[in-house]
Amino acid sequence: MNKSVFFGTVAAASLVAGFASAQTLAEVQERGTLNCGVTTGLTGFAAPDANGEWQGFDVGVCRAVAAAVLGDANAVEFVPTTGQTRFTALASGEIDMLARNTTWTFSRDVDLSFEFVGINYYDGQGFMVPRELGVSSALELDGATVCIQTGTTTELNLADFFASNNMSYEPVPIETNAEAQQQYLAGACDVYTTDASGLAATRATFEDPSAHVVLPEIVSKEPLGPLVRHGDNEWGDIVRWTLNALIAAEELGVTSANVGEIGNTTENPEIRRLLGTEGELGAMLGLDADWAANAIAAGGNYGEIFEGNIGESTPIGLARGLNAQWTDGGLLYAPPFR
Amino acid sequence: MATLSDPPRESFHISQLLYDTRYRSITIQVIAFILIVAAFVFLARNVVINLSALGKDFDFGFLGSRAGYDINQRLIEYSNESTHGRAALVGILNTLLVAFLGCIVATILGVIAGVLRLSKNWIVSRLMSVYVEGFRNIPLLLWIIVIFAVMTESTPSPRDFRGADPEASMLLGESVAITNRGIFIPAPVWGDGAFLLVSVFIVSLAGIWAFRRFARKRQEATGAILPVFWVSLGLFFVPVLVVYFAYSAAISRDQYPLLAVGAEQGMTLESYVEANGNPSICALPSTAGVNLSSALREIGQRANIVRVSTEAELLEAVQSGDCILAAVSPTVAASFPGTVEGVEMAALTDTVDRGRPLQFERPQLAGFNFEGGVQLRNSLIALWFALSLYTGAFIAEIVRAGILSVSRGQTEAAFALGLRPNRTMNLVILPQALRVIIPPLISQYLNLTKNSSLAIAVGYMDVRATLGGITINQTGRELEGILLMGLFYLALSLLISAVMNLYNNSVKLQER
Repeated sequence: MNKSVFFGTVAAASLVAGFASAQTLAEVQERGTLNCGVTTGLTGFAAPDANGEWQGFDVGVCRAVAAAVLGDANAVEFVPTTGQTRFTALASGEIDMLARNTTWTFSRDVDLSFEFVGINYYDGQGFMVPRELGVSSALELDGATVCIQTGTTTELNLADFFASNNMSYEPVPIETNAEAQQQYLAGACDVYTTDASGLAATRATFEDPSAHVVLPEIVSKEPLGPLVRHGDNEWGDIVRWTLNALIAAEELGVTSANVGEIGNTTENPEIRRLLGTEGELGAMLGLDADWAANAIAAGGNYGEIFEGNIGESTPIGLARGLNAQWTDGGLLYAPPFR
Repeated sequence: MATLSDPPRESFHISQLLYDTRYRSITIQVIAFILIVAAFVFLARNVVINLSALGKDFDFGFLGSRAGYDINQRLIEYSNESTHGRAALVGILNTLLVAFLGCIVATILGVIAGVLRLSKNWIVSRLMSVYVEGFRNIPLLLWIIVIFAVMTESTPSPRDFRGADPEASMLLGESVAITNRGIFIPAPVWGDGAFLLVSVFIVSLAGIWAFRRFARKRQEATGAILPVFWVSLGLFFVPVLVVYFAYSAAISRDQYPLLAVGAEQGMTLESYVEANGNPSICALPSTAGVNLSSALREIGQRANIVRVSTEAELLEAVQSGDCILAAVSPTVAASFPGTVEGVEMAALTDTVDRGRPLQFERPQLAGFNFEGGVQLRNSLIALWFALSLYTGAFIAEIVRAGILSVSRGQTEAAFALGLRPNRTMNLVILPQALRVIIPPLISQYLNLTKNSSLAIAVGYMDVRATLGGITINQTGRELEGILLMGLFYLALSLLISAVMNLYNNSVKLQER
C-alpha cells in the first residue's frame, strides 16, 4: 500500500510539473509586470539613464510589449543579463522575453528551443582599433590581442575569420560590454570585436571617439531580435506581432503623435485593423482591441524608436542602412495585418 | 522436578513495528530510507519531465562536437577545431595549474607569516597581524579584482615598448617585460646535448640522496654533523653547469646555414624576408630554430615555427609549402638537394648560431605584441596571487595555532640543550606542531581549489569558463555541463584530501 501511495504522489506531482509551463500571458497579466531580459548596459540599446530609468532601442521593444499586454509601458521589470546568463534566464522562466542584441541562429532556435519572433536590427560583426595603431583592414590583424565577449556568436565568428585568413590572435575573454570597454581603453587588447552597432554604441561613450576606427570589414550576418521560450505559441504570437506592429506603423505613417486619432479619421483599412477600430485582431491575440495603439503610443513606431536611441541624430549615429523599411530599400518588412 | 514448558511462541503483530522498541528503530530507518529515495526519484523525474517540456534531451554527445572557440591559455594542443571535450580538458588543466601554484605559494606565505606573527619583534608581528586580518576579513573576489585592476591599469601596454625612445623598457637584460597583458618571461628550449645535461642532473640527484644517507648514518654513529645543505646545493648546480658550459664552448663556433625556398644566390635574410614576408620557418628540435626566429624578430618579422623531428619530415614540410625557411646543420644542408620536386632551395648568406643545450628564448616585440618566451597572463597572476594571499592568511593562523599548541617547555628544553632558535623551530617545534597543522591545512587546500572558480571575474580560462561557461552557452547543455563540473570538483577534492590524509598519517603521533 505504501508503494502505491508513493507512486501515486510521484505521478500527480509530475503531472503538475508537466502543465506548469506555458500560459506566459496569464502569468504576466496576473503579475502586472513584464519581466524583460536586457543587456547589463549598452548605451543606445539598453542602459539605465541618469535617473535610473532604462532607455534604449531594445528597451523600446520591452515597453511596447508591456503596453500591448498590460496597457502600461512602464510595467516592465528589466532584468540585466550577460552573454552567458541570458539563455538560462529565459529557459528557466526568470524572464518572459529576451530583448538583448541576440543573434538568431539555427542552433539557438532549434537546439536551445527558443523562438525568435523577428528581427529588430540587421547587424554584422565588426572590429574596432585605436587609430594610432595605423591598421586600416581586419586582414592586418595577424597576432593581435582581441577582446571578445564570451558565449556569443561573435566569439565563434572571430575564430572562423582568423582561421580562414590563416592569421593568429590572442583572445581576451570578458563578460560584459563595460568590462570590454575598460580593457580596450587600458590597452590590454588591441582590438575589440562585437556587432558593428555595439561598436558604434561603445565608441560613442568614449572621451575621444575619433581616436578609434571601426574597420570596414563586416565578417558575419548578425540578425538581432527578441526571443521567447519554445512551446508557448500564444505568447510568441503576442511578442512577434507587437514587433510587427511597430514596423508596420512606420510604414503606414502611424506615429506616437497621431496614434490617438488616426484610427478614427483614416480611410486606410489596414491602419484601422492595426489600431483596433475595425476587425478583431486584438481579441485573436487575447488582448484588448487597442493593443497595437498602446504599443505604438509607448515609444513611437519602429522609426521613432530607432531615431530616438541609436539614429543619426544621437551620439551613436547609426544610419538606417539595412534597417530601413522595404519601401526605402531596406530589409524591414512586416507581414500584412489582416 | 520442574516441568519444562515450551517458551512462549513469538507472536508478531503489525502494530509491534510501531510500539515495540525492538522493531521501532528499524521501522523508522526503513521509512526514512523510502522517503529519501522517493525525494530523489521525484527530483529526477521532475528534471526529465521539465527537460522534455522544454524540448531538450539528456545527452553528453556535445562533448564530441567541434568547439569553435579559442582559448588563450592552453597547456595542451588545442584549437577551435578541437572538441568541446578537449576544451573542457584544457580548462581542467588550467584549474589544476592555478590550484597547484596557489597551494604552494599559500603554504610558503602561511608558514612564514604564522611563524613571524609569534615573533618577539613588535613591528614584525604587527605587520603580520595586519596581513592576516586584512586578507582574512575581506572577500576573496575583491582581492582578485584589485590585483587584476592594478596589473592592467598601472603597467604599460606593449606598444609603449616600441620606438626609438620608448616609454617603457624591459627588465633584467631585455628578457622580462611587464605589460598590461601579463608578464613575458624567457622560455626554456632544449637543444642538442640536452640529453647529456639531463643525465648529469639525474646523476647529481642520486648523488645528493646518497650523500644525505651517508651524513645521517655518520651523525648517528659519531655525532658529527656534516654540512648537508651546502653540499646538496653544490651537487645540485655545479656538475650541470660545468657540463653545460663545456658543451657550449665546444659547439659555440658552429654556424647553421639557412635554406630558403626560392632564394637567389647572395640574398641576405633581411632581403629574403622583404621579398617573401611573414615566413613560416621549419625547425628541427634544436635551438637553432629559436635563434632563427629571434633573428627574424630583430628585423621586425613575426614567424610561425613548424616543429619537425626528422630530416624526412623537414623535406616533406618544405615540399608541401608548410615552411619556406629552415636552419639546418651543415651536413644536412649539404645532403639536401638543390631542387626538391620543383621547389628551388638555396642557402642565404646569413647563418645562425647552432645554439646551446638549454637556451632561453627571450620575448621580443613583433607585430602587435611580444612574441616568444612565456606569457604569464594577468588573469593567471591576479587569480594566483589573490588565492595565495587569501588562503595564506588562513594558513598563517593554522600554523600559529599549531606552534602555540606545543608546550613552552619543549622550547626551553631545546635551548637548554644548546640548540639554536632556528634548529629548535625546525627540529623540535614544527614536527610536533605539524600534527595539529595538517588536518585543517587539508581543508584550506580544498578551499583554494574550489575558490579558483572565481576565475570568472578576470576571464581566466579555467574549467568553469570553458566547460561551465562557453561550452554550456554554445550548446545549451546546462544540466550535463554542470553535472560534469560538479563531478570534476568532487573528484579533485576527494583526491586532494586522500593524498593529504596519507601525509597526515605519516606525521601523526605513532601509537603503539
